[in-house]
Amino acid sequence: MSPCVLAQARDLTTPTYNRTVVPVRLTLDHDRIFGALGDGTRRDILRRAIDGEEGVAELASHYPMSFAAVQKHVAVLERAGLVHKHRIGRRKVVRTNLEALRTARRLLDRYEELWQRRVERMDQLLQGSPKEEDR
Amino acid sequence: MTVTDVRKDPQSRTLTLEAEFDASAERIWQLWADPRQLERWWGPPTYPATVDAHDLRPGGRVEYHMTGPEGDQPRGFWEVDEVQPPHQLVFRDGFANEDGTPNNELPMTTVRVSIQEIGGGRTRMSIETKFPTVEAMEQLAAMGVEEGMTQAIGQIDTILDREADAR
Repeated sequence: MSPCVLAQARDLTTPTYNRTVVPVRLTLDHDRIFGALGDGTRRDILRRAIDGEEGVAELASHYPMSFAAVQKHVAVLERAGLVHKHRIGRRKVVRTNLEALRTARRLLDRYEELWQRRVERMDQLLQGSPKEEDR
Repeated sequence: MTVTDVRKDPQSRTLTLEAEFDASAERIWQLWADPRQLERWWGPPTYPATVDAHDLRPGGRVEYHMTGPEGDQPRGFWEVDEVQPPHQLVFRDGFANEDGTPNNELPMTTVRVSIQEIGGGRTRMSIETKFPTVEAMEQLAAMGVEEGMTQAIGQIDTILDREADAR
């Protein structure tokens, strides 16, 4: 992973107004997303919440930590837009935003874009550079 | 067409990109080996890179930061594994914290650069980017995932046009 991808993502996503997908987040906050994903428990919660059938209390039962601690983790994920709470009858379950967990393919696409741009810049540099014997 | 081939393999977690240039292998090598040239292509135009340290030897480090339009400065570094001028360079590319220390919570990618002359004054460069684990890929994929990306992909052309105008 390169910070360039991050920079490029920022570059490409300036207008983030969203009309077609889940209106969970309208702005990007990479720092928040980075922070949320930097913790093993939170990544595990993300994995479990893909099914979207457990509430915070059920999720908490999987971890050797207090309900409050798990609740905090869920709140961090929620603020990062990685999960949302969904009401089923009287229950509230935690669901991973699958939209927010795109596949490896997508990341590869991003990296392709990154390297394509870099190669273009290399090419420009080569064309604009002095002759080899001058260097 | 400079880029001649792109292969994406989610199974082996690699992206391989090949490009050909009208230049010698030595000239292409300089794009990597000379920090002043490196910083002219490493970052996107809106996030130009500055190379702060450049020790291109096995075990050496390259450190850089980029400067965004709002003054934000994401930092990164390479840990150099293999150096065979002008043909081969292997390094791991990682994120650094604001103080320059490695951010070990984010996965590093391994970048393998091969440079070979193919005759007629032309040189082929292949760049393979490999992710350490599927989990790392998912982690990295999840970071860029906001809804905006879908639209953003469609905006690439617009952005490129703007870049072209700015040049």
